[in-house]
Amino acid sequence: MIWHIELRDKPGVFDAVGSGIEKDIRDLGISSVEKVRFAQVYILEGDISQEKVRLISEQLLVDKVAQEYSLKPLTYNPQEYHTIEVAYNLGVMDPVEESALKGIRDLRIDGIKSIRTAKKYILKGRLTDTQLKTISEKLLYNKLIQHIAEPHVRRRTSHAVDIGYQFNLITVDLLEASDGKLKKISKDGQLFLNLAEMRSIKDYFKKLKRNPTDCELETIAQTWSEHCGHKTFKGLIDYREKISDGKPKRKKINNLLKSTIMRVTKELKKPWCVSVFKDNSGVIRFNDKYNVCFKVETHNHPSALEPFGGANTGIGGVIRDSLGTGLGAKPILNTDVFCFGPPDYPFNRLPAGTLHPKRIMKGVVSGVRDYGNKMGIPTVNGAILFHERFVGNPLVYCGTVGIMPKEKSFKQAQKGDLVVLVGGRTGRDGIHGATFSSGELTHESEKISSGAVQIGNPIQEKKMVDTILQVRDKNLYSAITDCGGGGLSSAVGEMGQDLGVKVDLEKVPLKYQGLSYTEIWISESQERMILSVAKENIVQLREVFHQENVEAAVIGEFTNTKRLQLYYRDNLVCDLDMQFLHRGSPKIEKKAVFIQPKHKEPKFSCPVDLTSYLLKLLSHYDICSKEWVIRQYDHEVQGGSVLKPLVGIANDGPSDASVVKPILDSKKGIIISCGINFRFGFIDPYWMAAGCIDEALRQIIAVGGSLKEVALLDNFCWGNPDKPDRLGTLVRAAYGCYDMAKALGAPFISGKDSLNNEYTVKNKSMAIPGTLLISAIAVIEDTHKTISMYTKRTGDLIYVVGLTFDELGGSHYYDILGFIGNNAPKVFPQKAKSTFEALSKASSLGLIKAMHDCSEGGIGVCAAEMAFSGGLGMEIFLGEAPFNSKSWKRNDFILFSESNSRFIVEVEKKKQKAFEKTLKGIPLGLIGCVNANKEFKVYGLDGKICLKARIDALKEAWQKPLRW
Amino acid sequence: MSKPKVCVLRTAGTNCDEETAFAFSKAGALAEPVHINKLIEQKKHLADYQILAIPGGFTYGDDIAAGKILANELRYKLIDQIKIFIQEGKLIIGICNGFQVLVKSGLLPGNSDLRQEASLIINDSAKFEDRWVYLKSTVKCIWTKNLSEIIYLPVAHGEGKFIAKDELVLQRLKDNGQIVFQYCDEKGGLTGYPENPNGSEDNIAGICDESGRILGLMPHPERHIEVSQHPRRWGVAKNKNEGDGLQLFKNGVEYIRKNF
Repeated sequence: MIWHIELRDKPGVFDAVGSGIEKDIRDLGISSVEKVRFAQVYILEGDISQEKVRLISEQLLVDKVAQEYSLKPLTYNPQEYHTIEVAYNLGVMDPVEESALKGIRDLRIDGIKSIRTAKKYILKGRLTDTQLKTISEKLLYNKLIQHIAEPHVRRRTSHAVDIGYQFNLITVDLLEASDGKLKKISKDGQLFLNLAEMRSIKDYFKKLKRNPTDCELETIAQTWSEHCGHKTFKGLIDYREKISDGKPKRKKINNLLKSTIMRVTKELKKPWCVSVFKDNSGVIRFNDKYNVCFKVETHNHPSALEPFGGANTGIGGVIRDSLGTGLGAKPILNTDVFCFGPPDYPFNRLPAGTLHPKRIMKGVVSGVRDYGNKMGIPTVNGAILFHERFVGNPLVYCGTVGIMPKEKSFKQAQKGDLVVLVGGRTGRDGIHGATFSSGELTHESEKISSGAVQIGNPIQEKKMVDTILQVRDKNLYSAITDCGGGGLSSAVGEMGQDLGVKVDLEKVPLKYQGLSYTEIWISESQERMILSVAKENIVQLREVFHQENVEAAVIGEFTNTKRLQLYYRDNLVCDLDMQFLHRGSPKIEKKAVFIQPKHKEPKFSCPVDLTSYLLKLLSHYDICSKEWVIRQYDHEVQGGSVLKPLVGIANDGPSDASVVKPILDSKKGIIISCGINFRFGFIDPYWMAAGCIDEALRQIIAVGGSLKEVALLDNFCWGNPDKPDRLGTLVRAAYGCYDMAKALGAPFISGKDSLNNEYTVKNKSMAIPGTLLISAIAVIEDTHKTISMYTKRTGDLIYVVGLTFDELGGSHYYDILGFIGNNAPKVFPQKAKSTFEALSKASSLGLIKAMHDCSEGGIGVCAAEMAFSGGLGMEIFLGEAPFNSKSWKRNDFILFSESNSRFIVEVEKKKQKAFEKTLKGIPLGLIGCVNANKEFKVYGLDGKICLKARIDALKEAWQKPLRW
Repeated sequence: MSKPKVCVLRTAGTNCDEETAFAFSKAGALAEPVHINKLIEQKKHLADYQILAIPGGFTYGDDIAAGKILANELRYKLIDQIKIFIQEGKLIIGICNGFQVLVKSGLLPGNSDLRQEASLIINDSAKFEDRWVYLKSTVKCIWTKNLSEIIYLPVAHGEGKFIAKDELVLQRLKDNGQIVFQYCDEKGGLTGYPENPNGSEDNIAGICDESGRILGLMPHPERHIEVSQHPRRWGVAKNKNEGDGLQLFKNGVEYIRKNF
């Protein structure tokens, strides 16, 4: 029997969901909807009486104070109303089901087979079919996971998805396959393996005189995928370069990662680096008891197709990276950085198969909000940038920092240990996720790869974290890793690579029957971890999980065969040599070319009044307030928040970095920041990389930190590395990373690359701008000494620290004028270092009242942000700013150049001398002061006012664009 | 006497248990996070504690409605223990999700047959928001003694709009002085959004039962027990030596010290 329970707000109760949708519909440009009402629908299936259904409704589902319900679909006059009911597709996990079933069990009612939810929208007003379709598709549902339900059809449709599975061993004929056939096998099977790799596999099986099983082939594809194997970064590259003022160069690179990123760490030999580039995240020392770890991941392709689910599982995945580091770290904060198409992008220019950037952004933000908040992990740092080249392929970076007792920082599975799978059950979710992310997106992606899209269950993961940390502290396992891309295949395969492992696939707990052995093995169902447990500990370990309703299943054993052996009901379905699996992929040489582009150099004279330009810059999507996003994240849970992402007199100014105290009774803390600016990469990715590192470190300094213990993470999001121009810019950026990080003394501890960020429509490929994210983590002794960015008191002095150059290339000022230019900001690492160190000293001496990182929009934007966040006015004199040029003297260039290594600092008058003495030898200019009249005034080089605005007007310009 | 013992109740999705326990220990109690299954299976006993704290979080994902599933679990599986706990004059505090649980289980505003007489529903803004709010308090409740007239705490929730079942319930809350926290502006004025972050009726942010021993509130006192947690500690909070929220925990601990 199928029951339909429909809930809606009682008359008189404000329908917040409905009214939110009303606004969204108006934003679509449809004005004929007068009112929207929302109703929640539950579909119960089971052998139960109406009386029981009423009991469930009244005791559990309905909030009787606010809602009314009906067991029949509520009907509305079709002359006046349109109703749209959105339900999940069959096989998509309904996140509410598990807890609803628990709620029903608590009522002591049996006989329920399934419970599903649907959302019903009742639209009042006259709409055409096209308008209805627009509203449904653009706002209300995503066809990859949902559909418009017909309630009368559902009455006859069961939601139970159990179907039987008959074991049948499948082999793939490689031995007889021609090159053409090999390519076809790779393509049809979504293996994303190239011909050389397919040939190596063929050769391996030729020696064995047998064909591979489907499971073996899938395992190799997962392990060798770009996603898991990073073959571009670790492979051979034939690199050629021609920068505009230099001679052509050619270089053969063997392992770009080792020769740039990892080399910094090796050469710097910092004693506080505990575990780098080995584990699921990089580990550094926190204090004499604890270490902290940090990892940033990307989840771009899934977020392009299903933004909520993509971002949701992205954050879920990186949290497990922290939990899977060493013997398990407790996640203490999240970061997120996004790149989207412009939110006002015209609908008619959207490529086929893509969602609108605003929809993607809202979905992604909801996905992060849902997972992070429910896990109780504060989301404290991030950035959001926009460009039309992200329309078909947004970037979603998610990071997690974890903390663990220092003796829990390493793991080692032992021979004879049991393979234990804990957490959620396995379903058909996310099959081919790892290989899918290793290919380009096409307008077909939504059809062929929908299995790669899924929704997370943060509460399942929370339960898992709670229990794993308990068994960790009881020393009940020897190793742990997460099931991420590639599922069991990569988790178990990796953990057992030095020993060998044997798994009985039928022992994996399933969500529903019907999965083949290969599906079980490669499923990317979320919220699962693998533990390696000594036999004598298993009973005690399972008891802890059982106590808190988390499943823990023994699925196999670590052996000493150095083979990966998989069985399904005693049938051997995979038998691979670990050496071949992990080391057997052929080294492929790729070609890389970087020829520095020549952009048009703008020629225009300096505008007399710069007020309107500053207002435009403040409203630039990259620069404007992200408060709408930040407020939706709980950034204070766990109680350790010291410097929050929003600061200022009204708690709404843009903080440079966040400071968190992970141990509540200690003053010691960590600072988290990030640097990202793809615009400089349009000119030279080398200087983009340098600028990103400078920016991340600058933010650490700006909040009162120091360079003493700062570690970096690199995340490269790039286009298809098989195209030499894409790979050329990647190589160039990697060199920038090496040079700057080395010179500034900041080692890399972890990183990740996401390549193939391209979107193909009708054979035309659109690559994203190569985008490097540098995340930084620093340890700070006394968090009470941190500094915020907003002005504090009338009469205080305002300094610019650091030199301004004619570096308008890639600046936001040029962007609003429609140019890119050619002078990207450079970094002079030795000078940057002395500036950073001097400022750090000044903050530790208590000489600084406020400090802000001077970046997007230059001095103008930076000073304006400080003023309106503090609710005070400011007067500045550009002639006093230290700048380096004989040939150009322009107000606009000084005000808006985005030169690196600069800060604006507020200093109390009585500390002027001490401050200037501490900064001796550092370029600095006393450019103005804070005043009470709430006006922001800039005097130009000629001593005349070139910019004048009320701080309220500046703040309004800054807040308006994303105040949704 | 020995330190008052606090049972910080946790289950799937609880996530403010550690900082709530920390706040209680800072206030002088012995606070212990306890999983609900241990109470249900009688491996631990509520009778061994003097304060029950239901912390913030998203218990069971807040699926169906915030706090609802845990509220039912209390009603169907633990109610006898809880009733005895209350009869003995012990204390209960529910913060954020804990407040939602207390209201949906009928323990607040409180009546003999645990009827739900109020609710906390989705914010008028239809979204989760984290922001700091000013609160006016009354002293009816043992938890709110010795607070400054206006205190400053963060809220972080998506379903915090307080509504009473009807005018009668609301009037009763007012007459009994059970409305102990109201959202206000810096000067104490009862204003609208964003000072009232969710659209609560009468700006209600927290209520207690008739005895004043059971308190529920949406804001997070455990997130402001130290000055370092204040978003503007460089200015307004410069001369304080503890956060505004700590006093609530001290009040609970002090009450137990005096009465048990």
